[in-house]
Amino acid sequence: MKKGMISVLASVISILIGLLFGLLLLLAVNSSQAFPKFGEMLTAGVSEMPKLAKVLYQAAPLIMTGLAVAFAFKTGLFNIGASGQYTVGAFCALFCAIVLRMPWWACLIAAFIAGAIWGFFPGLFKALFNVNEVITSIMFNWIGMMAVNLLCMNLKQGGKLVMLPIAWVPSPIKDRTADLSYANAEAIIPRAGLDKLFNSNYMNISIFLAIVVALILWVVLNRTTFGYELKACGFNKNASTYAGINAKRNIVLSMMISGAMAGLGGGLYYLAGTASYNIQKVLLPMGFNGISVALLAMSNPIGCIFSALFISYIQVGGESLQPVFAKEMIDIIIAVIIYLSAFALLTKTILSKFIRTDKSNVNDESKAAPATAAEPPKAVPEEAAPTDGPAKSEEKEDEEK
Amino acid sequence: MSEYVIEMLNITKVFPGIKANDNITLQLKRGEVHALLGENGAGKSTLMSVLFGLYQAEEGVIKKDGEVVHINNPNDANALHIGMVHQHFKLVEIFSVLDNIILGAEPNKLGFLQKAEARKKVVALSEKYGLQVDPDAKIEDISVGMQQRVEILKMLYRDNEILIFDEPTAVLTPQEIDELMEIMRNFTKEGKSILFITHKLNEIMAVADRCTVLRKGKYIGTVDIKNTTKEELSRMMVGRDVQFEVEKKPQQPGDVVLDVQNVTVPSKLHSNNAVKDVSFQVRAGEIVCLAGIEGNGQTQFVYALTGLDKMSHGKITLLGHDISKMKIRDRSKLGMAHIPEDRHKHGLVLDFSLEQNLVLQRYWQPEFQKAGFIRSGEVRKYAEKLIAKNDIRSGQGPITTARSMSGGNQQKAIIAREIDKNPELLVAVQPTRGLDVGAIESVHKQLVAQRDAGKAVLLVSLELEEVMSVPDRILVMYEGEIVGEFNPKEVTVEELGLYMAGAKNMYRDVGAKAEEKEGNNA
Repeated sequence: MKKGMISVLASVISILIGLLFGLLLLLAVNSSQAFPKFGEMLTAGVSEMPKLAKVLYQAAPLIMTGLAVAFAFKTGLFNIGASGQYTVGAFCALFCAIVLRMPWWACLIAAFIAGAIWGFFPGLFKALFNVNEVITSIMFNWIGMMAVNLLCMNLKQGGKLVMLPIAWVPSPIKDRTADLSYANAEAIIPRAGLDKLFNSNYMNISIFLAIVVALILWVVLNRTTFGYELKACGFNKNASTYAGINAKRNIVLSMMISGAMAGLGGGLYYLAGTASYNIQKVLLPMGFNGISVALLAMSNPIGCIFSALFISYIQVGGESLQPVFAKEMIDIIIAVIIYLSAFALLTKTILSKFIRTDKSNVNDESKAAPATAAEPPKAVPEEAAPTDGPAKSEEKEDEEK
Repeated sequence: MSEYVIEMLNITKVFPGIKANDNITLQLKRGEVHALLGENGAGKSTLMSVLFGLYQAEEGVIKKDGEVVHINNPNDANALHIGMVHQHFKLVEIFSVLDNIILGAEPNKLGFLQKAEARKKVVALSEKYGLQVDPDAKIEDISVGMQQRVEILKMLYRDNEILIFDEPTAVLTPQEIDELMEIMRNFTKEGKSILFITHKLNEIMAVADRCTVLRKGKYIGTVDIKNTTKEELSRMMVGRDVQFEVEKKPQQPGDVVLDVQNVTVPSKLHSNNAVKDVSFQVRAGEIVCLAGIEGNGQTQFVYALTGLDKMSHGKITLLGHDISKMKIRDRSKLGMAHIPEDRHKHGLVLDFSLEQNLVLQRYWQPEFQKAGFIRSGEVRKYAEKLIAKNDIRSGQGPITTARSMSGGNQQKAIIAREIDKNPELLVAVQPTRGLDVGAIESVHKQLVAQRDAGKAVLLVSLELEEVMSVPDRILVMYEGEIVGEFNPKEVTVEELGLYMAGAKNMYRDVGAKAEEKEGNNA
C-alpha cells in the first residue's frame, strides 16, 4: 500500500506548490489584500452550505469526465474527446427530457449511450486503421458541439422550435435550451431533500451517482477479467494478441466506455435543472478539466472522486477573490494547479527515490512511513490508489534482461 | 601506478526487497579480459551499472588507477574513459551509423557539425580493429551484429580504455561470436581492459584471463582461467554440479501431432516470401528443432504457426484439426503453447505484476474467474506455486512488476506459464536465450520431460550446442526453405553449419551453381 501513499502524496504536493504560486501572484498584484483573500478562497467552499452544495454539484460531472479520461489512460488510450462526448450526452439527455418527456433516469441512460456512440467512432478508427485517437476525438469534439448547436436551434416539431424556451413560454431567448422546471420537471434529477438540507437548489443526488459509478469502474478495472484484458491491451498490445485477447475489439470497447462516462457527466450537469445548455462557440471546458482530474488522480477511478472534488472546491473558492482581484486571476491560479497536476507523476518519481534512499540509509521502514503520514490535508482511504498511474512504475531493480 | 586500472571495493547496492549487490569486490587489471560470471539475477548488471554511473552504491568505493573516484552518471564514467556496450543496444534507429557513433560527442566548430573529421576518425578506427561498418547505413537497416560493432566503435571513438560488454554474444551468430572474441583480444594487446559479462562458460574459457563469480548478489571469488575448468566455474556460479549433457532415453515417436503442409508466409520487408513452401511433421514424444541462422524465416514461420500472422498458402493441422485460420485463443485451447522469441514484445505485459503475467494464458479459465470476476486468491496461490516450482526470483514475489525482474527470471516465468498449460504441442522459440547454465539445464530438462510425457515439442534455436543436444530431429532452415533434415547423432556441427549458411541443400543442387559462379568470375 506504500505505493498508493506515495501517489497521494505526490498529488498533494502538486496542489500545495500550485497554491503557493497563486499566493505569490496575489502578493505581487495587491500585497495588502493577498493574505485575507487567499484565506477566503481556501475556506469559501465550506464557509456556508449553499457554497458546499455548489462544490458538490460541479464535482459530479467533473468526476465523470475525469473517469472518462482516466479509464482511457488505463487502457493505453488518450481520450481528448471527453468534451464532445459530454456535449452530445448533454444534448441527448435534454432531448429526451424536453421533447420525449422521459423521466430523469431514462434521460441519463440516453446520455450514457450517446457518449458511448461518440466514443465509438474514434475507437473504431483506431482499431481498424490505426488512426491516432487523439486526432479523431479532437475532431469529434467539434463535430459534436456544432451538431448539437444546429439541432438545438433548428429542431422543430409541429412547426415549433422544441428545444428552445419559446416552445413553452413566450420568450425571445434563442441561444439556450428551455428550462426544465417548466418543460419537464420529471426530468430533473431528484434532490431527495438535500436541497433543503443544504439550502440550495444546486444540491441533488448526482454526486452520489458519480461516486457509485467511480467505484464500479474501479472494480471493473481491478477485479474483472474484462478489466484485466483492457489493461493488458493498453500496456502491451502485442502480448495481449499473443494471449488470444481481441485487442481491436477492446480498443473500441474502451473508447465506448470512456465516452459513456463523459456523456453521463453531461446528463448529470444539465439535468440538475439549474442550467440550460447555451449555444456554444467554444468547446465546453468540462471535458478538458476531466484531463486534469485524471492526471491529478493518476488515472485511479477512486482518486478521480477526490481530485474532482478538489478542483470543484477551488473553482468555487476562486469566486470569492472578486472583486478585489480580477476574475482572470482565479483562472490563472486554477490553471497553475492543474498544470502542476501534470507533474504529479514526476513528483511521484522523485518522492519514490527520496523515500527509498531514506529507507535504505536507516534500513527501517517505520522511519519513512511517518514522514508521509504526517502530510496534510486530504485524507484518502488506503485502497484509493493501489495501482500505478498510466505511465510506468519507477523501480528498476536488477535489470539483466 | 596501481596494478589495477579499476577497483570496486565492498560495493553494496540495495533495491526494495532485494540486496542486489552485497559487499562485492572486483579488481580489473590493465590489459586483461576479466569475465563477470553469475546466474540470472546474481547482480552482474547492477554492479556494472554502478560502475557506469547509472546507479549509486549505498556502500563501497570505486578507484581508478588507485585514486578514489565518484561516478554519478554515465558522463562521469565517460570522462574516466569507461565505456559500455549494453545488452540491449542504445542506438537511434533512424540515424546513420556515423551519427550514432558521434552522438553526445559531436565534433563542432562554432556549433556547426564537423562530420568529415568524425568520418575520418571512425573509418580509421574501423580499419584498425577490423570492425567493418558502413558509416552511412541507417541502424534500422543493418544486422544485429553490425549494430554491436557500432556500439563498440562508439566506445573507441570516445577513447575509452575500460570497455564493459554486457552479454554481448547473446544476439550473435556463432561466426560473429568468433569475430568478437578476436576483436576483444586485439583490444587487450593495445592495453585496453575489458569487463565481460556473460554466462556462457565456453566464451570465458576462450577469451578471459580472470573471472569473478557472483551468486545471489554475493561475491564468491575470483579465479585465473588458466587454473580452472568449466565445471569448477559452473559450480561456483550455481553452487552445485551442473550437468552439461542432456539426458534422453530412446523413445519411439507416436502419432502425428503437428502437420505442416506447403506453408508460405509473405515477408513484411520485401516482395519475396519469408517462408517458402515449408512442410514437415512433429509427432508425439519427439523434439524437432528448427535450426538456422537468425533471419531465415523461422520467426515468420512461428508467427504463422501460432496465429500471430497470416500465411498466404498452405495448411497446418494440429491433432487432426485444421488450424490454418483458427484464432490464437482457439489454438491455445486445442493444446498449443508458445514460448515466444521476444519476451518483451509478446511474452509479458511488463507493467503487470508477475502473478498477472503468470495467468496471462489462463485468466479466463473457471479456475481463475467466476462470472467475470478474477479470483485473486486463486491467482495468488497459483503464482506462488509456479514461483516455487520454477525458482523464479524477484524482489517482491507475486506482486513484483515484471519490468523490474531480471531477464532470466522473466524468461523462467514465461516458460513456467507455458509448460504448466500441459500442452500437446509446445512451440519453444529460443527458450534459453539469455539464461545461465543452471537455468538452461532446467529448461532442457523440462523440454525433454514434455517429450517423455508423449507431447510434441517444436524447438526453434540458433545455439548450435542446443541444436546438437536437445532434439530428436533437426530441420535446417535457410532463406525460408527447409534445406536439410538430420539425426543429431549422425551429423557434425561443421556439416550443419554448411547447410545453415546455404552452402548445401539436400533437395537441390547448390554446389554446382556456386562452382559455376566461381568459374564465371575466373
